[in-house]
Amino acid sequence: MNIGILCSRVRVEEKLLFEAFEQIGVPTTRIDERTIAAQIGSYLPEVDVLFERSISASAGLVALQLFEAAGIPTVNTHHTSETCADKIRTSIALARAGVPQPRTEIALSAEAAFESIERLGYPVVIKPPVGSWGRLLARINDRDAAEAVLEHKEVLGGVNHQIFYIQEFIAKPGRDIRAFVIGTDCICAIYRTSPHWITNTARGGVATNCSVTDEIADVCRQAALAVSGGQGGLLALDLFEAPDGGLLVCEVNHTMEFRNSITTTGVNIPERMARYVVEAAERRAVAL
Amino acid sequence: MCPYSLLITRYSLLMETRKTMNTGTCIECGAALNVPADVMMGEILPCADCGVELEVTHLTPLAVELAPQEMEDWGE
Repeated sequence: MNIGILCSRVRVEEKLLFEAFEQIGVPTTRIDERTIAAQIGSYLPEVDVLFERSISASAGLVALQLFEAAGIPTVNTHHTSETCADKIRTSIALARAGVPQPRTEIALSAEAAFESIERLGYPVVIKPPVGSWGRLLARINDRDAAEAVLEHKEVLGGVNHQIFYIQEFIAKPGRDIRAFVIGTDCICAIYRTSPHWITNTARGGVATNCSVTDEIADVCRQAALAVSGGQGGLLALDLFEAPDGGLLVCEVNHTMEFRNSITTTGVNIPERMARYVVEAAERRAVAL
Repeated sequence: MCPYSLLITRYSLLMETRKTMNTGTCIECGAALNVPADVMMGEILPCADCGVELEVTHLTPLAVELAPQEMEDWGE
């Protein structure tokens, strides 16, 4: 068995994953997406499964299409990754499955976005539909800020910033929850605590262990099924604890980072991920 | 050359090779880079002196290029 790992930039996570495969005795081939030039119809990658770990969502999605077209099983699948990479698709999938999430509106012009913001009520959060690490999020507290941000996006932003993804602001208790899912099972979770309203660890949020309650496990299972067409995958969910006590799914990440969560949770996340990828390849072998 | 001298020569060559594998120079400011022993292709090495990010493009001998800048679709 040969596991193809797609990545260009090697983060701490990729190093840990390569080590994990080595420790369980499974050979890997690193595939740098920048080297791919595929002839449509005759592209035959020599790996048994593709494990997509590209730092670029766009490149990862294209590679997944090419490998799936060549009959290579993928983790995550193109369907799952496409759903998670785009917050609009994620929200639609969650809504279709009845998974709780913050109230969300999508607007296709600055004028329509202003109406959505007024309807949702202040404060709201505007996010780029495609983006990560808390980049370019805007919390809008009042009408003045709304007018300013919308005008800036309209005038200075590229075409992707003319699509407005707007969510109600959830008054979190100074933290959110990052939950790690293998298949459909939540294997561990951390709290990300920060005095800032953006709690990503990439933006300074501090990680502490979060016990996986039945409610966390249940909402993770529902969300994983919703974004993956019922298959599950390797996913990291951001959960908000709403003021009424319920959990809301804020987003689902398909190439999860976990460097701050192994020691914090005591769970060997990369090894669990590696074993899941091997199982995906074995399922493929049985199917053939 | 006596066997002991050969051994010393081989040891020196080995150490030199290791040194070559694990050292590098920042292409922006010329400072010595701190290269981990298990460095991989594609890994990012920050320069402690000037702060630039360098991507490993060859292992032996070590070669680096300026790392691509963060793009809008980067993330997890």
